[in-house]
Amino acid sequence: MQNFTPVSALLGGALIGLSAFILLWFNGRIAGISSIMNGLFAASGPNRYWRLAFLLGLMLGAAIWQQFAPAMPTLRPHYPLPLIIVGGFLVGFGTRLGSGCTSGHGICGIALLSPRSIAATLTFMASGIATVYLLRHVLQVSV
Amino acid sequence: MTKIILALIAGTIFGLGLAISQMVNPNKVLAFLDIAGDWDPSLALVMAGALAVAATGFRWARRHEKPVLGSRFHITLKTALDRPLLAGAALFGVGWGMTGFCPGPAFASMALGNREAIVMVACIYAGFWAAGLLNGKN
Repeated sequence: MQNFTPVSALLGGALIGLSAFILLWFNGRIAGISSIMNGLFAASGPNRYWRLAFLLGLMLGAAIWQQFAPAMPTLRPHYPLPLIIVGGFLVGFGTRLGSGCTSGHGICGIALLSPRSIAATLTFMASGIATVYLLRHVLQVSV
Repeated sequence: MTKIILALIAGTIFGLGLAISQMVNPNKVLAFLDIAGDWDPSLALVMAGALAVAATGFRWARRHEKPVLGSRFHITLKTALDRPLLAGAALFGVGWGMTGFCPGPAFASMALGNREAIVMVACIYAGFWAAGLLNGKN
């Protein structure tokens, strides 16, 4: 557990919670990134603009922090591209079919005590853990 | 217009949170999912921090009839644990475990010079489209 960073995790998490609160309290919207991303092209008019603004903010916030912490490791130049392509597709397919992701179900939904979100979060945590176990410890893919 | 500015502010705070907590580092996310390896429990604390603030804030917000700038709270009232929900969540988890990216960090990482994230986001959209075909919603 030498990479455990409890303070920055709690602080960053609190900011994510604050963001979700602001979006619900002012706009009446759930900060679920997969549905905001999907709605960027599926919705029309004003329903598209606030989503675009939120997503631009998402990039802006990360870019601002990178100015303060330029050594933040984020790049993996040798990560297998097929894993990204297939995995990315499954993330999109699964979150639309299952109506949410880590933020929509894992944070907002659980904060609202939604039984669907609790079940979804337990499910994607379990399948995520199983997938990493299979890749790293059974198939020995060095990722 | 105010709604759009508020969404920009909320998005920026979310992006800051993802970066400060290092959730934009996919290897850190994979280290959380790798319980049999060198386990890094940080992601659990990110969720705990987010849940503590969101649950408190949501509870307070929902005592009001409607949001400050809108006509209603857009919240689903569904409760059924149906097959699309569970199958979708299971498939999402597989993709998450293959990449270390969920949608938020993937999108935010496009601003960090991360080409992997651009491919990831493009493939997420392909997945959205395919799921829409399945539901007849495209």
